[in-house]
Amino acid sequence: MNKKKMNTKKQGATLKSRMWKSRYFYLMLLPAVAYVLIFNYAPMYGLQIAFKNYKVSLGMWNSPWIGFRNFTDFFNSYSFPQLMKNTFILSLYQILVGFPIPIIVALILNELKGGFKKATQTILYAPHFISTVVLVGIITTMFSPSQGVVNTLLDAIGMERIYFMGEAKYFRHMYVWSGVWQGMGWSAIVYLAALAGVDPALHEAADIDGATRMQKIIHINLPTIMPTIIIMLILRMGQIATVGYEKVYLMQNDLNVSTAEVISTYVYKRGLINLNYSFSTAMGLFNNVINVTMLLIANKVSKKVSGSGLF
Amino acid sequence: MKKKKITLFDIIVHIISGFLLLIVLYPLIVVLSSSISDPALVATGQVVFLPKGINFEGYKAVFSDKEILIGYANTIFYTVFGTLINLFVTVPAGYALTKKNVPGRNFIMTLFMITMYFHGGLIPTFLLVNSLGLYNTRWVLLIMGAFSTYNCIICRSFFAAMPQELEEAAEIDGCNPLRTFVQIVLPLSKALMGVMVLYFGVAHWNSYFNAMIYIKEDHMQPLQVFLRRILILAQSAMNMEEGGEFAQAMADREALIRYAVIVVSSLPLLIVYPFLQKYFDKGVLIGSVKG
Repeated sequence: MNKKKMNTKKQGATLKSRMWKSRYFYLMLLPAVAYVLIFNYAPMYGLQIAFKNYKVSLGMWNSPWIGFRNFTDFFNSYSFPQLMKNTFILSLYQILVGFPIPIIVALILNELKGGFKKATQTILYAPHFISTVVLVGIITTMFSPSQGVVNTLLDAIGMERIYFMGEAKYFRHMYVWSGVWQGMGWSAIVYLAALAGVDPALHEAADIDGATRMQKIIHINLPTIMPTIIIMLILRMGQIATVGYEKVYLMQNDLNVSTAEVISTYVYKRGLINLNYSFSTAMGLFNNVINVTMLLIANKVSKKVSGSGLF
Repeated sequence: MKKKKITLFDIIVHIISGFLLLIVLYPLIVVLSSSISDPALVATGQVVFLPKGINFEGYKAVFSDKEILIGYANTIFYTVFGTLINLFVTVPAGYALTKKNVPGRNFIMTLFMITMYFHGGLIPTFLLVNSLGLYNTRWVLLIMGAFSTYNCIICRSFFAAMPQELEEAAEIDGCNPLRTFVQIVLPLSKALMGVMVLYFGVAHWNSYFNAMIYIKEDHMQPLQVFLRRILILAQSAMNMEEGGEFAQAMADREALIRYAVIVVSSLPLLIVYPFLQKYFDKGVLIGSVKG
């Protein structure tokens, strides 16, 4: 106790000199801190317009406060249930399919050897480097009713041509599975790196016990990467209300919008196209609050269940 | 040497891998084949694997299309200078955060971490960009996203795992930390820099959303914005058969160049990343997961 007190006293006395000693490190941090304060924290200050009736002519500060009216307007709007439903179904579908597949891909890649393994990895990473615009362009073309390869094949086996991008019921499948196509290799990297840390002694011991390779995967490899899996899942939960709006927006058209409209694309349209700044900001804030809440819940659950969490 | 036996397990694993490769490669092959095929055959859905009626009209049209060339030049500009700014802002910060005796280190780290989960959102950011006078300038695409907490954490983990002896020796020799960082630490960080250049570079090359909302004039637009017009807007106009002369003209141009332009815009990244693969496959990322 006494010792601790003395330490803090000593630290206090030398804080100035320690700061002076660290001046070069502060200089290195300066651009980043400046950027974050201006481009991340200043907009947080701007969130106040969610509680105001923002008028450009009055400015942020002088626009009148209206409390939670933007929020209640949003909750009572006819599009609210649809938006919530679309956002959460799409997001859950994406997690359910998109989260386990990279883990399985990593476990499989880990069983390959040498040149074939490396070549497979390289090829599976490729779609990650294709832009969202090009990805959606490829989907639109390949699934086009008149010139798309998929419909040519459907036609060849005697089935009806389908306008995949133009029917609301296909949107979620198109969105999620194209995401799997693009991300399954790249998202496997983190698990592959974790698999590189598997203790070889465990495998040798398992060999002596006569374990099959499948048993080794399930009882050695999977438990080894479990902490990584949990952390990735918590992080993923913190984005539950954020679907990749850039891609959703590109995939939207008048025909599929009944399932393709999610909160974040609606924020964009109401805000920057219809110029309802305050209303749109309120929706964005609501979206963000859901995300943070889910992140905190996921972290808490993980701490209870597995003893480890993100923070 | 132990003789390896090929087991049923091996066969199954290879079959699954082959299946995955096929799924990933097939669309890419179709695009490539279509780009050098007769547009008339492509338009009727006859190119399903190999090119048919080989011709290079699409590529000729791409390389004589003014919009695409402007977009390409702009994208190169944004990618090169944007990435340089990214590195300047993010990498030194990651290094400084490894120094345990810097007062306020944890506070700054928290400041950074919060931005990963909580943000002002689209409209407040838009209003801010406007009030800073960055709207419809090239600066907005260079500066937005200059700092990435996630990448900064990767840098921090990388630097934290480096041996301290060289830095200590440099300090004894009278190097200030800034010089030590630039002359000793950075030259030893090629793997990290490779990954950072790739991450930031890809993000710049492929982004369209910021350009769409912040840039008004065509002469400053990056390639992805023009691609969106060619690949998506024209296609939906065509599929919906809204007709009109403009839609038809757009559709004709679009049909000719769509595959070639996909190849031309995606090829640079697809050629570069395998050379950096050894860096991101192992090591560099693993420490970052734990945050």
